[in-house]
Amino acid sequence: MTTATTPIRVLIGKVGLDGHDRGVKLVARALRDSGVEVIYTGLHQTPEQVVNIAIQEDVQAIGLSIHSGAHTSLFPRVLELLKTHHAEDIAVFGGGIIPSDDVGPLMETGVRALFPPGTSMSRIVEFVKGLPR
Amino acid sequence: MKIAHESPVVHQKDSAEERPASYHPQDRKTTCTSLSELPIADRYTQEDLRDWDPERDLGHPGDFPYTRGIHPTMYRSRLWTMRQFAGFGTAHDTNARFKYLLDQGQTGLSVAFDMPTLMGLDSDDQQALGEVGYCGVAISSLEDMATLFEGIPLDRVSVSMTINGPAAVIFAMYLTLAEQQGIPLNRLNGTLQNDILKEYIAQKEWLFPPAPHMRLITDTIGYCSEYVPKWHPISISGYHIREAGSTGVQELAFTLYNGLTYVEAAVQAGLPIDAFAPQLSFFFNSHNDFFEEIAKFRAARRVWAQEMKDRYHPNNPRSLQLRCHAQTAGCSLMAQQPMNNVVRTTLQALAAVLGGTQSLHTNSMDETLSLPTQEAVTLALRTQQIIAHESGVTNTVDPLAGSYFIEHLTNRMEEGAREYFRKLDDMGGMLAAIERGFPQREILEASQHYQEEIDRKERIIVGVNEYVESEQYTIPTLRIGKEVEQYQRERLRSFRANRDPKKVGEALHEIQWFAQSGENLLPHLMHAVKARATLGEMCSALKEVFGSYREPVVL
Repeated sequence: MTTATTPIRVLIGKVGLDGHDRGVKLVARALRDSGVEVIYTGLHQTPEQVVNIAIQEDVQAIGLSIHSGAHTSLFPRVLELLKTHHAEDIAVFGGGIIPSDDVGPLMETGVRALFPPGTSMSRIVEFVKGLPR
Repeated sequence: MKIAHESPVVHQKDSAEERPASYHPQDRKTTCTSLSELPIADRYTQEDLRDWDPERDLGHPGDFPYTRGIHPTMYRSRLWTMRQFAGFGTAHDTNARFKYLLDQGQTGLSVAFDMPTLMGLDSDDQQALGEVGYCGVAISSLEDMATLFEGIPLDRVSVSMTINGPAAVIFAMYLTLAEQQGIPLNRLNGTLQNDILKEYIAQKEWLFPPAPHMRLITDTIGYCSEYVPKWHPISISGYHIREAGSTGVQELAFTLYNGLTYVEAAVQAGLPIDAFAPQLSFFFNSHNDFFEEIAKFRAARRVWAQEMKDRYHPNNPRSLQLRCHAQTAGCSLMAQQPMNNVVRTTLQALAAVLGGTQSLHTNSMDETLSLPTQEAVTLALRTQQIIAHESGVTNTVDPLAGSYFIEHLTNRMEEGAREYFRKLDDMGGMLAAIERGFPQREILEASQHYQEEIDRKERIIVGVNEYVESEQYTIPTLRIGKEVEQYQRERLRSFRANRDPKKVGEALHEIQWFAQSGENLLPHLMHAVKARATLGEMCSALKEVFGSYREPVVL
């Protein structure tokens, strides 16, 4: 049971094959430092792995970093799996190398926020803390 | 913080500090530091070079310790190689881009492979789904390799291949292609990145544990020393270390130390120093801090020459020379006001040129959004051509030599690198340090520090944390269609249908046999390529023998 006083729990991870983990680690640290409970998956996760961990760990949100161009396949797959597991209440957000043309369509499929390179950590922290619980 | 597959410990920290409210962007700071956190004085004089001996520390261009460059005349006699890293979609698509770039006056090629290829997977592998042809070109077979270089004379164009985990396999495909075209291997000129240590440290693209990877690298170095003498079998890379968030000093230190680790491995494998050291090459980042970057290139040459001389006493002076490629900093490119990236890239390219690089890639302004469009990459190439032909900086060698500031900064970069050398020695070398997560943690700390400085506006990034515009700029980006994946699947199916499965099985068995025996694997990999084994098949055969690797997670 989640109440307003318990800290928010977030899964932060890398899906797909790319190993660019500079940004994702900074986000994980910034969230941790602001009091969010962070579960970090490490590299090379499949959408299935991410969704399973998210459900096991009872997180409120999943934040994914993708730099390989596979975002158009991987975000929809994660959302689809959440639906299959009746866990659509878990918010999905992300960042990485994502052309602006792709942002709209991904938001339409249910991604809650996409943060481009250059986003300040405080904006991401603010977003996560503002998620409904 | 909790690592998903490790013990469930959750740590928390207090909130980060807020930036002072009174700050104004036009205010000048009373203290200045370089990007590597070196304090920078308001002026430098002779006093700052008291222990500096120009005979010993500077020398002449083309002479030990090569601070001023590895050639006596540098760009007076020959400009750097203008080499844009390129690859996307199918081998056909990239072949067309290569030909376009050569037509525009580019002087070397550099192949960007897609993620599945970089991870040793065929395009039709389950794990490749959604990634085929996206951040590079998909190469699964000899047929793909042949298409990639169709109509390009391999004995006349130098080719750089950015591949690490499966480097030996991709190189075996390239060598086989050359053989089939009747080009003697000793006429091939180019570079294989083949640097696994920086993968464990920064870029995170490995296939096997460190020991078998080190052996494959030594095999490649040994093979090139004997059969492909004009080839650089390794490009010891600081670029990715810097992109992962390191400082310039860390980039310099870890890269040179990695280089010494490879040299020692080759010497231990019985190779005479002068048989392979002249073929080694390096690859550095050129980031925003103009003078520090120039000092980094100069310090790199001096430290390398001194270390190689003291440790291995080579007879061939070329064994002491640090040759390098440079690329402007991808991580400095910003999605906000993307045209500003052209200006950033110009300054970074100028630093690499004043630093004396042998070849250069200039990033395109759109590379923080996607792979570059043809228009953007052309502008990036023109940037190099303008520096080369219009700016006048190529008219004399190492024009900044003797500057109090540059020489002082070069000394400081060297000191910083040597301090890291001592720490790494104490840990028992780079492999032991990587297992402890030491370089990974140092880089992460530096990257967080830098990000916090930007978030607090202690460092200004134009268009990002200052001079922000509400208007969203959009520039065209390159789109890769999903049909690339489908096309590659079909192509692989017909490639596999057109071979003798028994021969393939035998060749893969042969690879495994020699992987265990310790004999040089290159000829056997080439044999498997000729039997039409694919990249993924060869890599998974090797994985059965070598095993896989899980990194120590540093957070």
